[in-house]
Amino acid sequence: MTFQTSVSRKHRWHVLPLLLNNAGLIASFIFLVLVASVTISPDLLSSYDPIAADPIQAQLPPTYEHWFGTDHLGRDVFSRVLHGARYSLLIGVSAMLIAVVVGSLLGLLSGLARGFVDEIITRFLDVVSAFPDLLLALVLISFTGPGTFNLIFALGVASIPRFARVVRGQTFVVAESGYVEQAKTFGLSRTTLIWRHILPHAIEQVPILATIGLGTAIISAAGLSFLGMGPQPPTPEWGAMLSEGRNYLRNAWWIGVWPGLAITLTVISVSVVGRRWQAAFEGRRLV
Amino acid sequence: MTLDNPAFIDELPLGSPSRIVRFRHSLWSRVLGRVGSGVVVLWAAVTLSFASLQIAPGNIVNLLVGDQLPTPEVEAAIRAEWGLDEPLIVQYLRYLWRILHGDFGRSYVLQSDVTSLILSQLWPTLKLTSAALVVAIVFAVTAAVLTAGRRWPRRLASAAELVLVSTPSFWLGIVLLFVFSFTLKLFPVAGDKNFSSLVLPALSLGLSLGAVVSQVLRQGLENALEEPFALTVRSWGCSDLTLRLRHCLRHASLPAVTLTGWLVGGLLSGAVITEQVFGRPGLGKVTVDAVLGKDLPVVLAVAIFSALIYVVLSTLVDLLYLFLDPRLRTRNR
Amino acid sequence: MNSPRPFLYIRNLTIRFPGPNGPTEVVRGLDLTVYPGESVALVGESGSGKSVTARALIGLAGTYADVKADVFEINGEDVLQYRERDWRRLRGSKIGFVLQDALVSLDPLRRIGQQLSDAFGERQDLPAKYDRSLDILQSVGIKDPERRLSQYPHQLSGGLRQRALIATAIAQQPSLVIADEPTTALDVTVQRQVLDLLKQRQRAGNTLLIISHDLSVVSQLADQVLVMRNGEVVEQGKTAEVLSGPSHPYTRQLLDAIPTASSRGYRLSPVALEHSDEISLIAPAAAPNVRIALPQKQIDAGRHVLVVDRLQKRYGRSTTGPLAVNNVSFELAAGEALGIVGESGSGKTTVAKMVLGLVDPDAGNVWINGQPWSRMDESQRRPHRAGIQLIAQDSLSSFDPRYNVEKLIGESLDAVGIFGDNRRRRVLEVLDAVRLGPTFLNRHPRELSGGQRQRVAIARAFAPRPQLLVADEPVSALDVSIQAQVLDLLAELQAEFGASLLFISHDLGVVHHLTDKVIVMKAGQVVESGDVEKVFAGPRHSYTQELLAARPSLN
Repeated sequence: MTFQTSVSRKHRWHVLPLLLNNAGLIASFIFLVLVASVTISPDLLSSYDPIAADPIQAQLPPTYEHWFGTDHLGRDVFSRVLHGARYSLLIGVSAMLIAVVVGSLLGLLSGLARGFVDEIITRFLDVVSAFPDLLLALVLISFTGPGTFNLIFALGVASIPRFARVVRGQTFVVAESGYVEQAKTFGLSRTTLIWRHILPHAIEQVPILATIGLGTAIISAAGLSFLGMGPQPPTPEWGAMLSEGRNYLRNAWWIGVWPGLAITLTVISVSVVGRRWQAAFEGRRLV
Repeated sequence: MTLDNPAFIDELPLGSPSRIVRFRHSLWSRVLGRVGSGVVVLWAAVTLSFASLQIAPGNIVNLLVGDQLPTPEVEAAIRAEWGLDEPLIVQYLRYLWRILHGDFGRSYVLQSDVTSLILSQLWPTLKLTSAALVVAIVFAVTAAVLTAGRRWPRRLASAAELVLVSTPSFWLGIVLLFVFSFTLKLFPVAGDKNFSSLVLPALSLGLSLGAVVSQVLRQGLENALEEPFALTVRSWGCSDLTLRLRHCLRHASLPAVTLTGWLVGGLLSGAVITEQVFGRPGLGKVTVDAVLGKDLPVVLAVAIFSALIYVVLSTLVDLLYLFLDPRLRTRNR
Repeated sequence: MNSPRPFLYIRNLTIRFPGPNGPTEVVRGLDLTVYPGESVALVGESGSGKSVTARALIGLAGTYADVKADVFEINGEDVLQYRERDWRRLRGSKIGFVLQDALVSLDPLRRIGQQLSDAFGERQDLPAKYDRSLDILQSVGIKDPERRLSQYPHQLSGGLRQRALIATAIAQQPSLVIADEPTTALDVTVQRQVLDLLKQRQRAGNTLLIISHDLSVVSQLADQVLVMRNGEVVEQGKTAEVLSGPSHPYTRQLLDAIPTASSRGYRLSPVALEHSDEISLIAPAAAPNVRIALPQKQIDAGRHVLVVDRLQKRYGRSTTGPLAVNNVSFELAAGEALGIVGESGSGKTTVAKMVLGLVDPDAGNVWINGQPWSRMDESQRRPHRAGIQLIAQDSLSSFDPRYNVEKLIGESLDAVGIFGDNRRRRVLEVLDAVRLGPTFLNRHPRELSGGQRQRVAIARAFAPRPQLLVADEPVSALDVSIQAQVLDLLAELQAEFGASLLFISHDLGVVHHLTDKVIVMKAGQVVESGDVEKVFAGPRHSYTQELLAARPSLN
């Protein structure tokens, strides 16, 4: 502690050099750009139909013709993985959006109103988070039935408490901070204080948390579809593909391996970007 | 961080982040308070599940029988069991009373008693989750203690953890199955017969959870190693490993303990999927079947049951906190 | 003293740390010789390299530190070749190490007895360790050692805790004890106890190496002193000689910067600050005892800007809890400076918060310009708030990190309705008053040094032309030479703008130097108050006497 660091920092924080300085980060970025473009237009890279079955071509191992092999119904696994990106990614992103928007609003309301309102919201969040995320999603699905939109809704609702908690806590910290206390002594009104000093700091971390949370959401979404709660066959969703692949593991490992690899690589890329962002953010905040 | 200069701290220094001024009540009132709020959360969880039946569209009889069409006899049985002809408040109190006695009602899909169904499937799931917990903790402590604050080991471990955290446990399960069961034929493919059938499921469930705990634990260890007391301990001539195990691990476990809630949730949700991958019997299988068959009595019972486990465990861990950190125990400083 | 072999013999010690722009040298060409029985001090401000040097002596300069020397001998052994295992053999048994504040320097989760047992090393069996623990605790003046062994550090009083820390360092009876800032961050009365204990050991012929920023601590303990600055030794010699007739201007400047009774009314820093950083400033060696006078204050004793009447406040929100502030009354005239001194927990900051209207008193009143300030609604107070400004101890956290200096200072002008060009002009004007140029307008808080931040905080406080300034420990986180500059600025501006000043501090010297009146607080109550010179010259209350006696002074 007594390595007395020089307090004055002359260097401004720049995004670009930080991004360029890191190979892992670049690789993650490129991969995510790839996934995003495949999401928009999966036919760019493969011309096989992801749905139409061709029993004669069933369970072919990876070849030049079929890079990832074919599945038990003779569909090109590569093409299905590409088309699957759309479902997995969109489910994850939409669920996060629900969680972020509702969670942040609840957290802000709770943190700013305090008192009775805060007590009610906090208790409610306590109760909801007493059910494990995935189980809560399962309960919701048991009411709504399986399906893409029901999955998004269930997953989004189950992730609300996490964001609400963080934003609420952050609102409290900022409201108690030295600069808000100081700003009070200037005679600023409460509305000014909230808009100028509390709100920006209370929600500044939300995009970062959402990025990191996206990884978890993609995994949970895949897990729920693996159990059959998401998009129904023959939709090429990664989790559902894994579920099919599990049954053919003895003879055709490729059916179950590639979609899993796609999930893992996507989640790793998202996490790397999110964590770097967070690290940069914290580095900026701490002197 | 210049500690060369006195930074005198009055009760609450003006213009600096305020510390929470907390009055230290006696140990027992803290324990009681914690248990009390656990009970409130549980009560609210039960109420929430009752309310969900009332709020959901459609009438309750149709909700409870799942996808099938209710016969008049079944409908009469449900009306009697739930007291549907009584006022709402009576239904609610009746429901509370039943749950309080461990009676989760009847599944009209499976034609059986929910409580005994859950109890009969509890043991395999408990085996799986405890084994996974052991895997997670052993992995986390080893990885954290051995790599904290050491440049290259740390990078390697972080990379491994990143991969584990980002890998869906069910895919890890599939890969393990392919390698160890189908190719090397070391472990059985499915079922729950002996210890060896537990190894792969426990690994696939425990490793990714352990990776998260390990990250938190390592961060805690690194923070503790930077504390002034770590320098003091080193100046006595203690070895690095002694410092880590005897002093810093305890500090590091404090933030890791706050992960318990998440860990319990992860184990329970993870068990649902892992059981499916490995074809194991257990609560997870019951749950999945119930959700797909819209067997609400079973689903709600599982949900309340897992909330109970969550509340009990996190209460216990909170109390453990008091014993880990003597500073919280005393009334005065 | 030259006949015995030196215990420490170091020639041309250089310590480097790798950095993004190549390695930085934090210690350069240091020579150090310590003979058995001698007491040597390394003195310097932050960044002087004194603490890294101390850590290098036990092989703990850090994993990435590059330690080089022509000669580096401890107890006759060449330690340049040492591996970690060799260093461990030496630590504790040959050299003991005492850090500052025992609350963080002892493991808070382990009992004193367990820690002493760790400190004995692995060589002894448990029963022997127990007996030795009792002995060692007794030898550092702990009365009931059996009871203390089973307690945790936080359960001991400040003084006992510090003694326990020293006990762990001397457990294996090392030949040399290194004390790194042994009194820093402690209350004055605890400081006194630690100093006495170290002095006692020094008289008993133990070898001591003290690392400190505080010349008065050094003057009491050390035979030899080395003054360090930016990694180099600028002056060394016998303590008495160096302190009474320093040959290097930096030492002179350090000595002059210490606020005391005799510095009242005079500047502490050598020359008027230019528009620049503070670091480059060094007084010319000449004119050693010529002090520059501060401008005269205009005090209107008849007009009371602030009247505090029998204030009471309990801790937290309870209505039965202990009183944080109990029956505190005082008044402050226009243009006057009033100091509140007290140790931590004395309630002085709570008084400040009530004066600022951030906390409402449970009983009693705060009157500002004859108006019942503490009885007003927040909406009634708001228009008047510009007249009362706060300078906080930790200015970094009092700045919104998103704001630059211009916005930070400008915000205090919202309430007085100064906007646009007028605002810019006013901001530049107050920045100029604290000797910061227009280039600082776009700087963000984290791009400023500690001294610059405090100057911005002062500029911000004066911008709306307040009648009353509340300063809560505004200099206690600063190095002594920076503290001198900030105190000089504060005194100058207070006189220039004719503001009243409520100055809260634990440092009796600073209060004596700066304020006209003083109140002494203990456990929420005022134990003594009055004219600062009278109170400090002839304290009547035993607590004031104790505080004044405990204050280490240069002699």
